[in-house]
This record gives sequence, structure tokens and C-alpha cells, in this order.
Amino acid sequence: MSTEKAVSTAEFHKANKPDLYTHPDYYLMDELLTEEHKLVRSMVRDYVKKELSPIIEDMAQQAKFNYDMVKQLGDLGCFGPQLPVEYGCGGMDYITYGIMMQELERCDSGVRSTASVQGSLVMYPIYKFGSEEQKHKYLPKLAKGEWLGCFGLTEPNHGSDPGGMTTNFKDAGDGKHVILNGAKMWISNSPYADVAVVWAKNEQGKIKGIIVERGMAGFSTPETHNKWSLRASATGELVFNDVKVPIENILPGVEGLKGPLTCLNSARYGIAWGAIGSAMDCYDTALRYSKERIQFGKPIAGFQLQQKKLAEMITEITKAQLLTWRLGVLMNEGRATPAQISLAKRNNVDLALNVARNARQILGGMGITGEYPIMRHMMNLESVVTYEGTHDIHLLITGLDITGENAFA
Amino acid sequence: MKILVCISNVPDTTTKVTFTDNNTKFNAAGVQFIINPYDELALTRALEITEKQGGTVTAINVGLADAEPSIRKTLAIGANDAVRINAEPIDAYFVAEQIAAYAKSEQFDLILTGRESIDYNGGLVGGLLAEMLGIPSVNVITSIEVENGVATMERDIDGGKEKVSCKLPLVASAQKELTEPRIPNMRGIMAARTKPLKVVEVSGDLITSATVGFELPAAKGGVKLIPADQAEQLIELLHNEAKVI
Ligand SMILES: Cc1cc2nc3c(=O)[nH]c(=O)nc-3n(C[C@H](O)[C@H](O)[C@H](O)COP(=O)(O)OP(=O)(O)OC[C@H]3O[C@@H](n4cnc5c(N)ncnc54)[C@H](O)[C@@H]3O)c2cc1C
Repeated sequence: MSTEKAVSTAEFHKANKPDLYTHPDYYLMDELLTEEHKLVRSMVRDYVKKELSPIIEDMAQQAKFNYDMVKQLGDLGCFGPQLPVEYGCGGMDYITYGIMMQELERCDSGVRSTASVQGSLVMYPIYKFGSEEQKHKYLPKLAKGEWLGCFGLTEPNHGSDPGGMTTNFKDAGDGKHVILNGAKMWISNSPYADVAVVWAKNEQGKIKGIIVERGMAGFSTPETHNKWSLRASATGELVFNDVKVPIENILPGVEGLKGPLTCLNSARYGIAWGAIGSAMDCYDTALRYSKERIQFGKPIAGFQLQQKKLAEMITEITKAQLLTWRLGVLMNEGRATPAQISLAKRNNVDLALNVARNARQILGGMGITGEYPIMRHMMNLESVVTYEGTHDIHLLITGLDITGENAFA
Repeated sequence: MKILVCISNVPDTTTKVTFTDNNTKFNAAGVQFIINPYDELALTRALEITEKQGGTVTAINVGLADAEPSIRKTLAIGANDAVRINAEPIDAYFVAEQIAAYAKSEQFDLILTGRESIDYNGGLVGGLLAEMLGIPSVNVITSIEVENGVATMERDIDGGKEKVSCKLPLVASAQKELTEPRIPNMRGIMAARTKPLKVVEVSGDLITSATVGFELPAAKGGVKLIPADQAEQLIELLHNEAKVI
């Protein structure tokens, strides 16, 4: 278990304001979803409204990680729903996964981060590149939320350019272990994680995935404090000081940067859905507020300048909903390219940030308070636009894809 | 223990209500439908009872195919099987008649409904159903325990509580305090794929009522706030402006 003190739901202050969210569906997108997709959506939304909406503001204000949430998300089936049933996962399609991420991020990007790190960055690589023993050992417990996982790629000196990483392992000489050294930074879930999927170089300088477990000597996970963003999600470092890791913890199925990048594709896909969730929550909040707030004798929704903001929000949200649903179909068919996923991640997070900024203005002074979710979404999205490939890096991916010219370096 | 739970499919509580067809029909365009919240409590309590002492829970709905998402959700929450009587639920008498016809052939020990459906708020189906089946009905229960063929229930009454015991079979309707609604999970949703949802055709067509028209309540008027220390002004306004005293 974790070295940090776990906080439970009961310790957070409950707001007594009802969560009135209904999702905007301007182009009747619901007709493209199956009955089961909608059932999953109502499952996650009902859970969020009951368990998280009343305390999410306090979770973020206090910047304390609600550990109860891990078990609850596991019970619901939000960890790795797209992975096979034989490993204790959901066996659902990619649209179901997307919908779950959307409903969670509608609540808070930090909540979605906890789930997407677990499902896409920890369970997915174990599923995709792990041995049968590794899959059976880790996946069912991670799926149920009995264990929390984290994904260590970024280092203090290697963010957008992870290929330059210095974290490394070498043979321990006993034929059974390797010795891991180095440090990872900005790692979601790390302070509470039971297992970490870490990317490190072997003696030949090739990147390999290795599963590090809490309790291994020389392994620590200091928490990163004073974030203004993703405050409901725990972020920390991973420090490896001559950590002796059994050889069987190395993921056998992949070598090179392709390993972590494959996981990032799955997570970025979830973010593309998730970011629209924050945008929809901001829009829904601003629309309702604009109809109720009276200035100069009429609802502010009746002023053209406010209508422009709202109309542009729903236009962008609707475009993103269509784009993302199509991407989901391509994912289900195994045809989505990494570049297509990049485009959606970049587009959707960017529009969500714009929606959040405009929605905040519609609420005037109220927009900066914790009475409404908008400012929290806006601050969260500053992380979302940075992690899993920055806004700029995704543009370069699209640029490379369409021109064939590499503009990274 | 065989329990039947009656489920109605109602507009979500946040729906903005409008009408069509010269104000005789509810306008369902763009409206999201949910399991009637009181029925969801009845379902959850039924599951709690059968989980403790064994048995099955069947969910029944009188409705058209568009009610199936709500019915499928009852299966995801945990009902063993479900029945849909394929007809528009015109009025309470018709619905009770249809459910009674089905229940007669199946011999349920306990039938639970919600205290009312939140769309038309009639609160009639439970009582009518019990009458048609010739069994007792207990309305608006806040708790129910079943032991040795006897149900013990509590109801809120003016200024206190009433404890009722009654031999099975019986019909009881759920009040808010009966239990906490249960949110389905992924495993439940997957299990629901293979649970039986039987569609039964209507028996007879006893339609006894027709809607002549609906009317929305008048829009809420403006509110005047009078400072607490100016009671005379309040009395003056109540006399001369509101004309209520
Ligand atoms: C809250 C949070 C949680 C995170 N969780 C995780 C996690 O769980 N696991 C993990 O491994 N990482 C995680 N990260 C790290 C995240 O992925 C990195 O922050 C991100 O990849 C950017 O790296 P950097 O911060 O080092 O920025 P840098 O790479 O230093 O980038 C700084 C700026 O330079 C720009 N830039 C860089 N290279 C180029 C170029 N070639 N051309 C043009 N512009 C360029 C970038 O776009 C950016 O604007 C998390 C980050 C945050 C903030």
C-alpha cells in the first residue's frame, strides 16, 4: 500500500447544490450510440452525481486524493473496460471506453486522469506487451481497483523528447534480477500507486517496460505539491536508487519508444472524449446561468455578445462530438492511426479550454468561485493540454503525417 | 420467493415539459427517459430481499419498444428477467389490467410498485392491481422485511409511523425511504445482455379514459422581498396588493 495517508469520501465537505448536468446533443448524436453505450453513460453519470459531484470541489480545493474513488471506479468497471473479460476487464468496445472517460472528465479531469492512467497506461501495456503470468497477476487486481497503478515515462530532463531518457537498468549478476536507477517526474497516481509501469533503457540502450512494485527497496514516490491544476489527482515522482527488480517483471513483448507510444495512443484517445466532457459541463453550466442571471432587466442570455459565446461553444462541441465518434468507430475497427488520434486530442483539448474561458466570462464574478465547476475545469485543462503530448507536439505529428517532413528536431 | 416489480419509463426529472396535438399529448421529442425513481427503489429492495433469502426478481413494464433501455437497465441492476407488455400505457386501469393478466399466470409472492410514477403522479396501479388479483395492498411503505410468508412493513402516517404485517401474496408500493437506489456496474451491464426480456402481446383492450387536454401551471410571478423589520409594509401589501388577508 501507499506511504501517503489515504483520504476517504467521508472526509470531504459535501456541497448541497444539486448537479443538474444534462449533456448537449445538438445533432442527435445519441442516435449513433447503442442502447448499451447509453446504459454505460447513465451508470457513470449516476455514480458521478451521487458520489463525486457533492465533494469534487472540496477534493480539488484541498488537493487531497480521494482513495475511495479507486475502489468505486473499479467496482463500476471504469478501469480497462476495453480489455478482455478473461483478465477481469469489461470486454467492451472503444466507444464505451470513450463515453466513460467523457463522463468522468465531465466531473473533473483529475478523476478521468486516475482512470485513464490505470486503464490505458498501466493495464494496456501489461495486456499488450506482458507475459501470460504478468497479465494474470496484475490485470484482475488493477481492474477491480484493488491496486492502483502509474506510468513512468517523463523525466526531469526529458518531457516531449522521452527517447532521451536516462533511467536505466543493468543485470544484477544473479541471473534473477536487474538493478534499476533513475527518476521519473510528473507521474499521475504515483504517490498512491501499488505498481508502476516504468520505461527505462537496458544495457544496450534499448527502451523496455518494467513493472516496479511498491515496497521494493530503493523505490520511493514523493508527491508533487502546490499544483494549480489537476488538484483532485495525485501527481508525484518515481525515484529508483539501485532498485532490485525481478527479471520476470520486464515486459517481454516490446522494445523501443514504440512501447510507451502505443499506450499513449490509447490514453490520448480517451482524452479526446474526456476533454469534450469538460467542455460540455462548462457549456451546460454557462447556458443555465445565462438564462437565470438578469442584468439591465433581462436574462444575459438575451444579449448578442453572450449568445455569440454560447453559439460558438455548441458549434465547437458538436463538431468535436462528431469527429470523436468517428474516431471511435475507426478504433473499434482497428483502423485509427496515431496521427488521427493526435488530431482529435489536440483539437478537443484546445476547444475545451476555449469553451471554459468563455463560459467563465459568462458567469462574471461567480465564474471564478468554487460554486461552479468552470474555473476548476479551466485550470485542469492546462495540464491536459500539456500531458500526453503538448498542443505543439501534436501539431508537429499532424504536420509530419501530412507533409512527410519531420519538424521535431 | 418470487417477486414482481412494476417499472414505468418516465421523462428524466430535469425535462422541460411541453405538449403537442392541441395540448393532448406530451411532447417526447429530445426527452431522455429513465426508470421511475420510486420503481427503482422497489427494484433495489426486491433484490436485497432475494439476495438475503433466495428467489427471483422479475421486472415488468407496459410500454412500447422505446421503453427497452429502461427495462434493460433493470436487468443490469440485477433483475433476473423482464417482461414488456407491448402496448402504450394509456391509463392506470389499462396498465394494472395488463400486469394482472400476466401476474395471474405466474403466482408471485410479492409485487412491488413505486408509490407513484413521476410523470402523471396517479399512484393508482398498485391498488388496482391488488384488487384485480384479489390480494391485499399496502401503500407507501418505508420498509419491508419478509419472513415465513409474512411481510412486515412500515408506513409514515400523520405524526408518526404505522407498522403493518400482512400475509403474502400482496402488493406494496415504495416510498422514498425504502432503500438507496443501486447504480449498475459493468459486470451487471454485461450480464444483462443474456438475461431474458420477454415481449408479451396485450390481452383485451380495456381503455376507460382519454386525455382531453393538459395545461401548464402559470409561470412563477416576481418575488418582493420585505426587510424583516418592516412587518407593517408586508401586512399592507398582503391586504391591498395580494388581497389575501
Ligand atoms: C499534471 C500532470 C500529470 C502528468 N502525468 C504523467 C504521467 O502519468 N506519466 C508521464 O510519464 N508523464 C506525465 N506527465 C508529463 C507530461 O507528459 C509532460 O509534462 C509533457 O510531455 C511535456 O513535457 P515537459 O513538461 O518536459 O515539457 P517540454 O518537453 O520541456 O516542453 C516545453 C515546451 O516546449 C515545446 N516543445 C518541446 N519540443 C518541441 C519541438 N520539437 N518543437 C516545438 N516545440 C517544442 C512544448 O510544446 C512545450 O510548449 C504529466 C504532466 C502533468 C502536468
